Amino acid sequence: MRAVVTVTGKDRTGIIAKVSNFLWEKGANIEDISQTILGEYFAMIMIVDISGANTELAQLAAECSEMGKQIGMSIYMQHEDIFNAMHNV
Amino acid sequence: MFSNNDVLETIAMVEKEHLDIRTITMGISLLPCIRDSAEETARKVYDLVCKKAENIVKTARDLSGEYGIPIVNKRVSVTPVSLITAAFPEKSPLVGKALDNAAKTLGIDFLGGYSALVHKSTADYERIFIQTIPEVLAETERLCASVNVGSTKSGINMEAVKLLGEVFKRAAELTKDKDGIGAAKLVAFCNAVEDNPFMAGAFHGVGEADAVVNVGVSGPGVVKHALEQIPNADLTEVAEQIKRTAFKITRAGQLVAKEAAKRLNAQFGIVDLSLAPTPAIGDSVAQILEEMGIETVGGHGTTAALALLNDAVKKGGVMASSRVGGLSGAFIPVSEDIGMIKAAQKGAITLDKLEAMTCVCSVGLDMIAIPGDTPATTISAMIADEAAIGMINNKTTAVRIIPAVGKGVGEEVSFGGLLGRAPIMPVHNCDSSKLILRGGNIPAPIHSFKN
Repeated sequence: MRAVVTVTGKDRTGIIAKVSNFLWEKGANIEDISQTILGEYFAMIMIVDISGANTELAQLAAECSEMGKQIGMSIYMQHEDIFNAMHNV
Repeated sequence: MFSNNDVLETIAMVEKEHLDIRTITMGISLLPCIRDSAEETARKVYDLVCKKAENIVKTARDLSGEYGIPIVNKRVSVTPVSLITAAFPEKSPLVGKALDNAAKTLGIDFLGGYSALVHKSTADYERIFIQTIPEVLAETERLCASVNVGSTKSGINMEAVKLLGEVFKRAAELTKDKDGIGAAKLVAFCNAVEDNPFMAGAFHGVGEADAVVNVGVSGPGVVKHALEQIPNADLTEVAEQIKRTAFKITRAGQLVAKEAAKRLNAQFGIVDLSLAPTPAIGDSVAQILEEMGIETVGGHGTTAALALLNDAVKKGGVMASSRVGGLSGAFIPVSEDIGMIKAAQKGAITLDKLEAMTCVCSVGLDMIAIPGDTPATTISAMIADEAAIGMINNKTTAVRIIPAVGKGVGEEVSFGGLLGRAPIMPVHNCDSSKLILRGGNIPAPIHSFKN
């Protein structure tokens, strides 16, 4: 099962380190990362495989958002199906 | 595969534009619960609803967490209760209260189906049942009631229309300490649908399976935002933009509906394409119409703009879902839409304009507060007008009107939450009682004879 992790907010050091470390601890495997910085605005989108994760997706998503708050970023983890459904005919 | 922009667009829809799944509604057949006595039937009803829907709240929470889209309401609809209590109609309140208790046990927001279908004529047990509605709504919290008083195929049952005027008055009177909230939980329908997930008019039709999941999507804010991107486009392009947006919103609903049905061990019923506003700023159908170019909703052109919006939402939505049903049209409830509330306060929108708008959208005169001294026969006449629009035009229409006891024009009623607040709107003072007291039926229109 794959999920999409979206990290947005004001750019600062250590964002990728913090997020990828968190995902590693949870047993999620990062398959793809893309990242852009527009001025001071940071946006990163990751595709992660959570088949081996030790937590259910809903719980993991909540923990992800909570971790985001601690580092001042907005973080979402969502099942990839929602994007496939909404953006493909 | 989706692009990064698609991901960011979806998140913006949720974060800034109030995209949500308005409701997951589980329809449950109560027919297996009928027993010899009202007491035993009520017990069976409570047990069955609690068992069938036991995981609805957890499932909604899980899906919301997994897909990152809020699911605002969890609801249950049941077989019209008048059918379940036909052998002991005066004891129907026992079943009503059992359903309300089940709703509380499950932790759901509303339960609909304290209903009767009398579109052709009223059976004795239905007449008794309908008269229990005000008391039951006053003594329960989450239970909703509806009565179907007409249909294109059978005409309008004017005896029921007359009775409903009195029932609305009494429902408001018995709950006057709460601004007449009893009347806000009651709908009079013409052409009621059997798979509607929205309240207060949801019930589970007898043609449905044991347990069905119907989903209502929302997203007026998303549509408004999409139109803000093309401020000078012509109306052809406006319609296209609405279709594209409705497609995306509906796809989210379809995904959630199918997954919810699987997890709840129920059939996937329908996705209802209605645009449902909330009192939150930026979640308003009225403001979409204003974005299209009307200074204040209610002005000339409002009906045309609404017709375009309603049709485009359906065209986009039908393409996005394998099964569309319910009411599927833009809602225009006054108390639940900040744009409507403001227009009503200014006097820009009137009951007459709202009635005209219901010719081109679902569903009817919805969540409108009127002076408390409005005669019951005038309320019946409003119901008759709406039912006539539905009957002639082959569409669902409804009336959910709140007589504000002890209050008049210039004051307002307030319910809080999704039900919002409503400025009291003036009604015509001419007497319509003779029409209503004639009774009988308004015959079905000639174009209903299609066989």
